[in-house]
Amino acid sequence: MPIKPFKSIGIGVAYSPNLKANLFEAARLSVFFEAKLVLIHVGEASEEKSKLLSTILKSFEKDQLKYEVVFKPGNPVDVILSISEEKKIDLLILGAVKREKIVKYYVGSIARKITRQANCSVLLLIKPSVERIPCQHIVVNGLKDPKTEQTITAAFYVANQLNAEKITIVEEIGQDEIAVKVDDDKSLRRATIAKERIKLRENSRVKEIISHIPKEYTQNKIIKLQPIFGKRGYSIGHYAQISRADLLVMNAPSKMTFWDRLFPHDIEHILTELPTDVLILQ
Amino acid sequence: MSPKKNNIKAFFKALPKNIFSGFVVSLIALPLGLGLAMASDAPPIAGIIAAVVGGIVVSILGGSHVTIVGPGNGLVGVLLVAITTLGLETAYVAIMCSGILLLLLGFFRMGALADFFPSSAIQGMLAAIGLIILGKQFHIMLAHKISRADTVDYLLEIPFTLNDAIHYDNKGLIFAAFAGIISLTIMLFYSKIRNKYLQLIPAPMWIVILSIGFSYYFEYGLHEANPIAPEYMVSGIPSIQKIIADIPTPNFGSIWSFMFWGNVLALTLIASIESLLSIKAVDKLDPEKRRSNVNRDLKALGLATVGSGLLGGLNVVTVIARSSVNVNQGGSNRSSNFFHALFLVLFIAFFSTQLTRIPLPALMAILVYTGYKLASPKVVTQMFSIGKEQLIIFFVTLIVTLKIGLITGIIAGVITTFIIHIFINRHLGAGLFIRNLLKPNVLMYKEHGEKDNYYVSVKHFCSFLNYYKLKKHLDAIPENKDVILDFSLCDFVDDTVLENIHGYQELFAKRDGHFDVIGLDMHDTETKHPFASRRLLPVPNIIKNSLTRRQSTMETLAKNYNLKYSPKKKKEVSFLNSFSFFNTKHINHIYNKLIQKDLTISLFDIEFSEGEFIAKEVVRSTMLHIELDFKIPKFTLDKEGFLEKVSALAGFKDIPIENHDDFSNRFYLLGENETRIAQFFNDDVTHFFESNPYYHVESNGNALLIFEKERLASIKEIKALYDFGKRLKQVIS
Repeated sequence: MPIKPFKSIGIGVAYSPNLKANLFEAARLSVFFEAKLVLIHVGEASEEKSKLLSTILKSFEKDQLKYEVVFKPGNPVDVILSISEEKKIDLLILGAVKREKIVKYYVGSIARKITRQANCSVLLLIKPSVERIPCQHIVVNGLKDPKTEQTITAAFYVANQLNAEKITIVEEIGQDEIAVKVDDDKSLRRATIAKERIKLRENSRVKEIISHIPKEYTQNKIIKLQPIFGKRGYSIGHYAQISRADLLVMNAPSKMTFWDRLFPHDIEHILTELPTDVLILQ
Repeated sequence: MSPKKNNIKAFFKALPKNIFSGFVVSLIALPLGLGLAMASDAPPIAGIIAAVVGGIVVSILGGSHVTIVGPGNGLVGVLLVAITTLGLETAYVAIMCSGILLLLLGFFRMGALADFFPSSAIQGMLAAIGLIILGKQFHIMLAHKISRADTVDYLLEIPFTLNDAIHYDNKGLIFAAFAGIISLTIMLFYSKIRNKYLQLIPAPMWIVILSIGFSYYFEYGLHEANPIAPEYMVSGIPSIQKIIADIPTPNFGSIWSFMFWGNVLALTLIASIESLLSIKAVDKLDPEKRRSNVNRDLKALGLATVGSGLLGGLNVVTVIARSSVNVNQGGSNRSSNFFHALFLVLFIAFFSTQLTRIPLPALMAILVYTGYKLASPKVVTQMFSIGKEQLIIFFVTLIVTLKIGLITGIIAGVITTFIIHIFINRHLGAGLFIRNLLKPNVLMYKEHGEKDNYYVSVKHFCSFLNYYKLKKHLDAIPENKDVILDFSLCDFVDDTVLENIHGYQELFAKRDGHFDVIGLDMHDTETKHPFASRRLLPVPNIIKNSLTRRQSTMETLAKNYNLKYSPKKKKEVSFLNSFSFFNTKHINHIYNKLIQKDLTISLFDIEFSEGEFIAKEVVRSTMLHIELDFKIPKFTLDKEGFLEKVSALAGFKDIPIENHDDFSNRFYLLGENETRIAQFFNDDVTHFFESNPYYHVESNGNALLIFEKERLASIKEIKALYDFGKRLKQVIS
């Protein structure tokens, strides 16, 4: 599987107290990925605004940061989506509110709407900070899905660029895959054996994927495989939270309908309860 | 091929023991069955029919191992309502319908149903049932039959009945009331007397035997009529032929009424809750550490209930008291349940006329005692120690159940609990519960590493509302593994969950596993996390400041013998679980611990309990524990006595030691690996036991447990015990 590097990174800019932190995160990432940074502001252009941005980003000059500022008034969701298309942005960074209220959940916040509709990869940041918090542990999904190979490969690429040492690949296995229901000692034994078998099968599948990734990305990394029997999409978030992962890498959702939001599954679980920074790969 | 054969062989090997324990259980089941049926206003034989049909069907089709089924205490209240409102014929139809519903619950794998009720609400409901039984039967026990519309009225009239009983002038009534009072006294003091021969026959059976003997004494000894008034005698025990001829014709006339289905639902609810709670409790007592197939048991119980209703019997439920007696008597598989049914059939076939010689007040005394046990003040103090709000839930459930009905009562309990949970967590908002109710909040995975332990993390909140999710995960873990349960991401954990977790901890400890709970220390126990107070706050220790005389003597003893002494209660008793003596017992705590500086020999007082509910007895004893740094065979050494002779008949085998006839005659040696045990008991060791005072000695492979009596030892006895242990250690090493 070829690696698709992030050549241009986009970020929505709002003049909020978080502005500096968001910009610092985005700029740092652009430097790590050697990508061009596109700052998208929904609103009219003004001297003052541009000046503020350039003063903030001044400290990145020594790192040869290339950046561009785009001003466009309109509906935030549409503006950001259209400009990402236009500028061929590979990775869109969005700041997220950690826990959203129940009302917003149905309406969908701006960030979430963009996440659902974007054609590029999206990075949701929960705690942007001015100081760099090193990214050490990346958790990536190992679902049985055609997109997974691409996702795992990309996770290794990201890990390499950010100097993360540890990657855990979580294989979520639905409870319904175990044919045996636990009732007594006998069925428990059979269920345990069935689980072990599924685990071995999943592990060998993921190992196969890893073997396809170029050696320079996988060497010197601590790679851990963690099969989890639990609800898809939810368990991995929970796992990322308790294992104190710095980044969670997920497949992009296939299709999103109204029902998917009403009865959340897969990625929607993660979006309601962001456990850490989340990278959704397209 | 071979394991199957071994199973059959093992089954036949255990058969004598199971027949024996089935017999002992039938001794309790007979009077209880008669009494429970009469308390429900059904003909007395209905209780026996339920036990017989249940025993046969569930022993063949059921999924549990050492449970006993029959008519249940909890159902008395509901059956009473069903029979008085619907009439007996229609009530049998209701019983059959509830059997079908139970069957469906089993098929839809709803064995988790009982987990949806907060434990305080269930306690409140059980207490209400206890009061219903007690209130109604108390009057009959004192030969003062009354009938009132409201259950509360029965309770309020107890003082009047007492007053009337003192002023009886009818001889028949006086004798009847005496029979009741003597029976109640037997029930109350039976467990206090620990005499081997007395304990061979259970208390309810003593009442039956004594009252039948009393009646024969008057008939054949004094040639007089039985002085107890005839209306206070058990009546209408039909012979087997008559039971078969008189199978009631079910009356399907009024089954489309609202009242009918209300009764069916109540019967099903209580039958399933009582059965499920009992199965859970009995599983903890099973010495072979098996797991019951709850759903299969529900199906079998449902089928048995249908059959029982058809033959004119009551609902069949799993009953805790009889089951725990079964375990204590050595019942090891379902055949004991079958034999208990068989013995009941024999009793009815051969002794049905003798049974009519039992006075009604004597039987009702058994029920009054049962009712008192369910609603004893101890339950209330225990609730209070968990938290004040538990008392609110408890009393709301209790009062609503008494005033309106069981279903309304338990619903009121659930709602009250939920409101209290929201109130306690008001700083987090009700959203915590609503938003996260349906989320799959439990994560479980096997941690990597040598130990291979299971890690379980729970998010948001964990209460009776979503406990089933956690339970589903925990049930999928083999009990001999290590589990770490992490509540650190949980904002709120309620007492129902903690109580169940405690049950898991005991279960894992007994089956060589380990169950650790972490992440609760961060929870505020007073405001944010009041339900955890039971588990997190140390038990208020009054003893610490004022040592009793025995304790201060123990302290000086410790100084003189160069030992360490600590009077504190310790709940950490896992080192005792591997001794087979504790297989069917529950250790509450150890205290007054004396320990050698090198930690090898320790001496302590211990409190443990045998059985559950009405068969529960708390025992305190002093024991000596010797830690060995080498392996020895597992064995149990006891004095040869009458009981051992009986159990020898039932399949245990004494291991003979060659050339030591005196030892073999005086002691009773048990263990699996005979050759290694015979090697271990060489001349020196055998001589030591022959020439020293008698103690019960047990080995679990790398430690010895020594004790003498099932009571606390005096200071002198402590010294002797310590000396014995020290010398024994020298002899064997």
